[in-house]
Amino acid sequence: MATPRKTAAKKAADGPSQDELLKAYGDMLLIRRFEEKAGQLYGMGLIGGFCHLYIGQEAVVVGLTAATVEGDQTTTSYRDHGHMLACGMDPKGVMAELTGRIGGYSKGKGGSMHMFSREKHFFGGHGIVGAQVPIGAGLGFANKYLENGKVSLVYFGDGAANQGQVYETFNMASLWKLPVIFVIENNKYAMGTSVERSSSTPAYYTRGEAFAIPGEAVDGMDYVAVKEAGLKALAHCREGHGPYILEMNTYRYRGHSMSDPAKYRTREEVSKMREEKDPIEHVRKMLLEMGAAEDDLKAVDKAVRERVNDAAAFAQESPEPDVAELWTDVYAPAPAA
Amino acid sequence: MTIQILMPALSPTMEEGTLAKWTIKKGDKVKSGDVIAEIETDKATMEVEAVDEGVVGEILVAEGAQGVKVNTPIAVLLEDGEDASALANGADHAPKAAAAPAPAAPKAPPAEPVAEEPEAPEVPAGAAMATQTVREALRDAMAEEMRRDPMVFVMGEEVAEYQGAYKITQGLLDEFGSKRVVDTPITEHGFAGVGVGAAFGGLKPIVEFMTFNFAMQAIDQIINSAAKTLYMSGGLMGCPIVFRGPNGAAARVAAQHSQDYAAWYAHIPGLKVCMPYSAADAKGLLKAAIRDPNPVIFLENEILYGRSFEVPQVEDWTVPIGKAKVARAGTDVTIVSFGIGMTYALEAAAALARDGIEAEVIDLRSLRPMDTDAVVKSVKKTNRCVTVEEGWPVCSIGSQISAVLMREAFDWLDAPVLTLAGKDVPMPYAANLEKLALVTTAEVIEAAKAVCYR
Repeated sequence: MATPRKTAAKKAADGPSQDELLKAYGDMLLIRRFEEKAGQLYGMGLIGGFCHLYIGQEAVVVGLTAATVEGDQTTTSYRDHGHMLACGMDPKGVMAELTGRIGGYSKGKGGSMHMFSREKHFFGGHGIVGAQVPIGAGLGFANKYLENGKVSLVYFGDGAANQGQVYETFNMASLWKLPVIFVIENNKYAMGTSVERSSSTPAYYTRGEAFAIPGEAVDGMDYVAVKEAGLKALAHCREGHGPYILEMNTYRYRGHSMSDPAKYRTREEVSKMREEKDPIEHVRKMLLEMGAAEDDLKAVDKAVRERVNDAAAFAQESPEPDVAELWTDVYAPAPAA
Repeated sequence: MTIQILMPALSPTMEEGTLAKWTIKKGDKVKSGDVIAEIETDKATMEVEAVDEGVVGEILVAEGAQGVKVNTPIAVLLEDGEDASALANGADHAPKAAAAPAPAAPKAPPAEPVAEEPEAPEVPAGAAMATQTVREALRDAMAEEMRRDPMVFVMGEEVAEYQGAYKITQGLLDEFGSKRVVDTPITEHGFAGVGVGAAFGGLKPIVEFMTFNFAMQAIDQIINSAAKTLYMSGGLMGCPIVFRGPNGAAARVAAQHSQDYAAWYAHIPGLKVCMPYSAADAKGLLKAAIRDPNPVIFLENEILYGRSFEVPQVEDWTVPIGKAKVARAGTDVTIVSFGIGMTYALEAAAALARDGIEAEVIDLRSLRPMDTDAVVKSVKKTNRCVTVEEGWPVCSIGSQISAVLMREAFDWLDAPVLTLAGKDVPMPYAANLEKLALVTTAEVIEAAKAVCYR
């Protein structure tokens, strides 16, 4: 087995092109602005219940998705808006689901934590901490069974990494050599409990050692490092070597959910991360250093704002589901004989 | 364009709060992410961050104001290049009114359509019959469906090389190979979830639990992931999966290994639940369950595995899920049961006949959807009903039938419905106590006589 290792952020000589970085910048910015808008709509009472924002962690899903090929699956937890947008799902449909409207991906019946798209190979959006992990491995099982060459990426947090079913899944995934990447998004806090206070061994990338699963710790605030690690892990899976663990060291700027006053960490800690490690700012700087024009970046900013504003408008204009929807979709109809 | 900052809701239930502190003042420049105020809710003090960029044009609600309703404008931001004169024009980011109060829930649509036409016999006239055990019938059902559909596979503990802990999967490994007959580690929670993921991914898993007692380890995946996802996805993400295995008391295995989960799973919208008694129903229902696009809980019984019944030898024998069967026709009292409870029901009916009481015995076969129409129809004829099951009495299948009869056959009932169940205790090990804890044929006879006032 490969020994789990901690990689320093590598500087590839043949780094990403300006076009690629511009796309990554736009993709990350779309998530950032979308989440800010979602927070705003929540504050206005237009979004209810739980709403977990992804602000700060954008490079993780954007970097890994950039490494995938069409057909690779994505499954994640309840902090899922960013993953959906990265998979190419329509911001309008996601935002309208947040407002509980018929135009939402789940017709308003799932909400923030429960959306899916077969077309974009997005398999949820799961509300129970850790439950998505065996499900993601099951998608890998299907890939192997169908011999389709696809890889399933399943994302979970440092909190979920302590769930028993995760280790049941590691065991089976390694035993059966399933094409699955376990992406541990270590944002340092499981709700309000820090990694140090919840985990006996906080080096999550080593958690597969007992199951002979290679693991790697990655700077999850660095799009380039994330994508590189993703390419390597995907190749490992596609070559039939079984699962791979990527621990993405990242940070969420907002509370666990909207009702979290975040008193378990200091304002200074958050500000420091924002100022020094912001994944979007990082790519922006790279672009400017490569000679990208400010105007090009501004054009991206503007286009992203427009998309998000359109999504917010759609999410408020789309009607609530017809009351008859209360009773639909409990059972799938039997296919015609 | 000025931007109104509104009093935000900081929790799902917040309606108003105290504006404890402003950390900005008129004329300050703010950008997205800056803390602008502290707000006290009933739960906590929360910092409020700016969402938009701009210059503070006006503070509308003073520091210390209490009971500020959510969505009240509390400040105004001026965007790039605007001056205070823009304030006069009013904000154009006014919030839309929240949703109107919810109307009353519409009535549930009628349950699964129940055939009204005169009942055609399920077994075609003249069909050849063969004697088979329930065990063989279940194995044949899986083998036939695996031959028919390459997406069907079996996974579970000891299903392959060991040939099944109860030999239900005997021979399947030889015929279908280890790709489709998969031994799992002892890890119910994990492999139930892997099964659900495989179903989302286009396969049709049959997940065997060595017994349903162990499925309690996996019940989150069964209910939260398998049963609810179709609804939560607005109809997009169905989960065609069968969870099957022995359920209920076996013999002398004590409390943790002797539990009937019929009522548990029958409670859950999104699941279908079958609990057959005979080999013919076991085979026909399991084939239907494997083909069903929904998650199906298939509750078998260890004691019934070795019992022999006549099974029709017709091509592609299936039994529709959600349809009860009149196992014995009668006129004086209706006895409703399912699974191994049918043993007591049928024995009691034979004994009652010797005393001149003709009991009609209904085998529910499926518990969700439950064919209560068949029960109501029978009770309208007999005017009396006794239910029989091995599970516990509180919130049981019998309680449900009793409630339905009260609602739909109240005027036809000549006696209270009696619900016979296992005793309300964990299963004891001692042989004499175990017998007492289960429902008995004698109790069924006694109850049937009681409702007939005999």
